[in-house]
Amino acid sequence: MNKKTNALVQRLTLTPYSVWAVLFIVVPLIFVAYYAFTDSSFSFTFDNISRFFTATSVIDDGETVREVHTYLVIFWRSLKLAVISTLICLLMGYPLAYIMSRASARTQNVLLTLIMIPMWMNFLIRTYAWMTILQDTGILNGFLAALGLGRIHIIGTESAVIIGMVYDYFPYMVLPIYSVMAKLDVKLLEAARDLGCPSVSVLRRVIWPLSIPGVLSGVTMVLIPSISTFYISQKLGNGKFFLIGDAIEGQYTANNLHFAAAIAFILMVILLACMALMQKLANRKLIVA
Amino acid sequence: MNRASKIYTALIMIFLFAPIAILLVFSFNQSKSLSVFSGFSLYWYRELFRDAETLKAVRNTLLLAVSASVIATLMGTAAAVGIHRLRSRVLRSAMDTVTNIPMINPDIITGISLMLMFVFVGRLFGAATSLNFGTMLIAHITFCLPYVILQVLPKLQQMDKSPPEAAMDLGCTPLRAFFKAELPEIMPGVVTGLIMAFTLSLDDFVISYFTSGNGFQTLPIRIYNMTKKTVTPKMYALATIIFFVILALLLISNLSDPEAAETTRKARKKRKAAKTKA
Repeated sequence: MNKKTNALVQRLTLTPYSVWAVLFIVVPLIFVAYYAFTDSSFSFTFDNISRFFTATSVIDDGETVREVHTYLVIFWRSLKLAVISTLICLLMGYPLAYIMSRASARTQNVLLTLIMIPMWMNFLIRTYAWMTILQDTGILNGFLAALGLGRIHIIGTESAVIIGMVYDYFPYMVLPIYSVMAKLDVKLLEAARDLGCPSVSVLRRVIWPLSIPGVLSGVTMVLIPSISTFYISQKLGNGKFFLIGDAIEGQYTANNLHFAAAIAFILMVILLACMALMQKLANRKLIVA
Repeated sequence: MNRASKIYTALIMIFLFAPIAILLVFSFNQSKSLSVFSGFSLYWYRELFRDAETLKAVRNTLLLAVSASVIATLMGTAAAVGIHRLRSRVLRSAMDTVTNIPMINPDIITGISLMLMFVFVGRLFGAATSLNFGTMLIAHITFCLPYVILQVLPKLQQMDKSPPEAAMDLGCTPLRAFFKAELPEIMPGVVTGLIMAFTLSLDDFVISYFTSGNGFQTLPIRIYNMTKKTVTPKMYALATIIFFVILALLLISNLSDPEAAETTRKARKKRKAAKTKA
């Protein structure tokens, strides 16, 4: 292709997207920073950011009354629940991805479709279904009572929120790991076995290192939505467990756009730092056993 | 698969499908309860089809998903073609980074960031409410674009460069060469991108929540508003219908996929052969 037409094609094809990306991807992020560092009359201030780190509230749990950092506690809880959910997804999903990748082509297709079906159901409905299952008078408790086992109180606890996160985001963990494992060269595994490597070592020294890219993208795809969710905690936590997403949503509903932007800004910076760190760990292969 | 694998897979499938099964069953409940089944009835389906607000939300959702996915596919395919031809490393990596942003950022941040901009610009023009169908369409196109680009780019990279060049050497205009020699090659990527964009737009709640005004309600937002109050099996009836529509779409796309059809045919042949042997 001659240079002139190539340049013309480039300009014609790239311009609409470039303009769009700047206007609706880059500029909005600048607006987050702009709102985060200004007050309601749009003059510069650090107040929104410092409020996140210093605001306190009083917790009275009936026994003790203590003062805590409101948003730091919320952030810590979001991080904790998201990390636990991600780990559970990984522990449950990794073996499944492995089993799928070793099955016959037909079975692989069927299992893939089965895993994707719940993903296509709206996540609000899925979460709500779990709420009716886990309620004190819900299906799970009815089932336990029918079996003669005692009822359990789970709705409104951290466990309920974790169940919701695991259920909603589980496919995002399985699919990337599966797609890496399905491409794995079977000859490598056979070679390892032929050379006397026990199964556990094949897993630890061949399969696991080769599947790291899939694991990393699975972890990101579960961690990010679970750390920023606000619907799951509202429904399954009975509104008792405020997460960082709830904080943003609450400030938005209360029309405190500047503080909402500040929380979003802090969340974004922290996530970026986490992702850079994860990439570095992966590059150094520190995760490889 | 050995026995342990089968049991493990089955357990996971139970975990994945139990809530959906419960949805299906309780959508046919006679009473209002979502946990005690009192008898079969189609009452809630009738109620659903009488609910004008939900039906309007379905229409809105389809309108938005079709417009957003078509525009995102056109712009995204063009962008992929352009990005593929970029020679400058710096520009290329800048493009990749920007394209990745909406995929890496949590939805809530994408939603908040667009909302802040819309509100700010709206205020500049003195509008009281600046969020409407237009802002939602912009938001949906924005979060669909990266997925289209990421479906089309690999197809361009795998493709043989000579046919379009030959077409132009033989006197085709670049545009004609693109449509005759390049587009057919990358079409599977374009179609997958379109389908992905469509389903993402259909399913999105978080970004829509922040960028929609009061007037325009999509189905996920309608569901959100329904679950704010006590939910009746009507919502489950809606979920059941969605479930079967999805199932039908998946089956159709699976059947029309030549590769999948090929494996099915081979499997059938094998089974036949095994039968005749027996």
